[in-house]
Amino acid sequence: MSALLSVTDVHIAYGKVEAVRGVSLDVAENEIVTIIGANGAGKTTLLNAIMGVLPLRGRTAFAGTDMAPLDIEDRVATGLSLVPEHRELFGTMNVEDNLELGAFRIAKATAARSLERVYTLFPRLKERRKQLAGTLSGGEQQMLAMGRALMGAPKLLMLDEPSLGLAPIIVADIFRIVGELRAAGVSVLLVEQNAQAALQIADRAYVMELGEFVLSGSAKEIAANKGVAASYLGFQLEGESAI
Amino acid sequence: MNTTIMLFLLQDGITNGAIYALLGLALVLVFAVTRVILIPQGEFVTYGALSYAMLATGQVPGTVRLAVAMGLVAFALDLFFARNALHARLVIRSVALNIVFPVALLGLVYALVGPNTPIAVNIALALLIVAAIGLFLYRIAFQPIAHTSVLVLLIASVGCHLALQGLGLVFFGAEGLRAPALSNAAVTAGPLRFTGQSLAVYALTVGFIVGLWLFFGYTKTGKALRATAVNRLGARLVGIRTTLSGQIAFLLASVIGAISGILIVPITTLYYDTGFLIGLKGFIAAIIGGLVSYPLTAVAAIVVGIVEAFSSFYASNFKEVIVFTLILPVLVLRSLAAPQVEEEKD
Repeated sequence: MSALLSVTDVHIAYGKVEAVRGVSLDVAENEIVTIIGANGAGKTTLLNAIMGVLPLRGRTAFAGTDMAPLDIEDRVATGLSLVPEHRELFGTMNVEDNLELGAFRIAKATAARSLERVYTLFPRLKERRKQLAGTLSGGEQQMLAMGRALMGAPKLLMLDEPSLGLAPIIVADIFRIVGELRAAGVSVLLVEQNAQAALQIADRAYVMELGEFVLSGSAKEIAANKGVAASYLGFQLEGESAI
Repeated sequence: MNTTIMLFLLQDGITNGAIYALLGLALVLVFAVTRVILIPQGEFVTYGALSYAMLATGQVPGTVRLAVAMGLVAFALDLFFARNALHARLVIRSVALNIVFPVALLGLVYALVGPNTPIAVNIALALLIVAAIGLFLYRIAFQPIAHTSVLVLLIASVGCHLALQGLGLVFFGAEGLRAPALSNAAVTAGPLRFTGQSLAVYALTVGFIVGLWLFFGYTKTGKALRATAVNRLGARLVGIRTTLSGQIAFLLASVIGAISGILIVPITTLYYDTGFLIGLKGFIAAIIGGLVSYPLTAVAAIVVGIVEAFSSFYASNFKEVIVFTLILPVLVLRSLAAPQVEEEKD
């Protein structure tokens, strides 16, 4: 199997409550895959478990290696990176320090090139590079969180709700940049409630409901699905969800 | 009171205050990175001072054997926690740090110890011994519970303090020790006489404050330590090992404690339990600094030192009472000024 990330039959539980039940997914190189679903469907839980923040039951492999024995720091070193829902920035440190720490495991010369690339992607961050991360606007914080993750030169970037709480114009900007990442050789696993925007840039999509994938396919197929349209794309259709 | 006495008291207060400042900085550092309130800081002082004093008389201090024993326990813990994912690199690293380092230190101490060993060598050995103990203390007592609440960490910290103090009695006996001064030079300025020892105290304190500032502001490791303190999960997500951060913090704290001890043991006689009280005064300074501010902690420590010097002149029976009472208005003010903060979860 040539998948970059492959997750097979994964279960994740909080105590006795199973939040994710028997989920399998894969992401190939240079692919943008999205997981859409309502609040509480288990999307964030799944991403956190793939990163190693939460324990899981099941098989996860990244770039051909089994990830079970690896902790978060090891997974970062193999090229997996998570931009978490709450961004988890270093609020009392400035933008440039945040970015430099993103390249904590990277050689200095490579880090300098990464910094240039991140500043080209997010010119706003360059303007604010001496400002404390905690004083940035929501959109800038999201850019910084993405920039920090990219500083580590990941092979797969996992984005958790990058559009959460942001103005539409900034959301468009961020999704445009996510689309550009593919050209830079970065695969993306995107978790979103904003299904419309996510399906526009993604190659493939999974639809998650109550801890299970109920539908998967190419982004076009999913976007054309009546049930998805009713539940997640906000089209005014009569009746209950068809999925 | 005449000016000369006042100047003497001020000088005395500032010298002691500088020591408290060093200890207070170490407490702030450790708390920021690991959320541990380091009660055993005082034991690092005693261990450093008395190990140095024993080495100076040509004896092998028991602390070096403690370092070897703790290294063995740390190694066993490393193996136990990594039992599901043992790989050669990890084992080699663990053997080097936990077995080879303390055993080599033990060998070095036995090889070099003697009545004519140069002061500098004795100091270096004492520092290495305490550094090893500090490092292993984190590995054994705090790393396995690093994710728990501040209260749990504090209780573990009190336990470590009691254990180390008890061991201190075994190693050094109930009688106090003194050690030779670092230098016998002295400078006279007006009525004041500055000994080489007190000048060394000032120089090292200032040096450490500047050094810590540079370290945290400009080096990658220093920034990583700060990042760990600000956001543990964020730090892990960029690949910073928070356990390594904790080890570095404890290493720095134990070295700072040992240096403080080595600086004061030529001035006053130290007993196995003296360190606790000295550490507590550093703690007061750290509390006044809110356990976050390095400059405020340093200033507060100098104030503590000066208050102590004056109160021991005027009401020496009450000097500790007066010093520790300092903390009350500060706590009241802080609790009034600061909003209720929920303990950070990670």
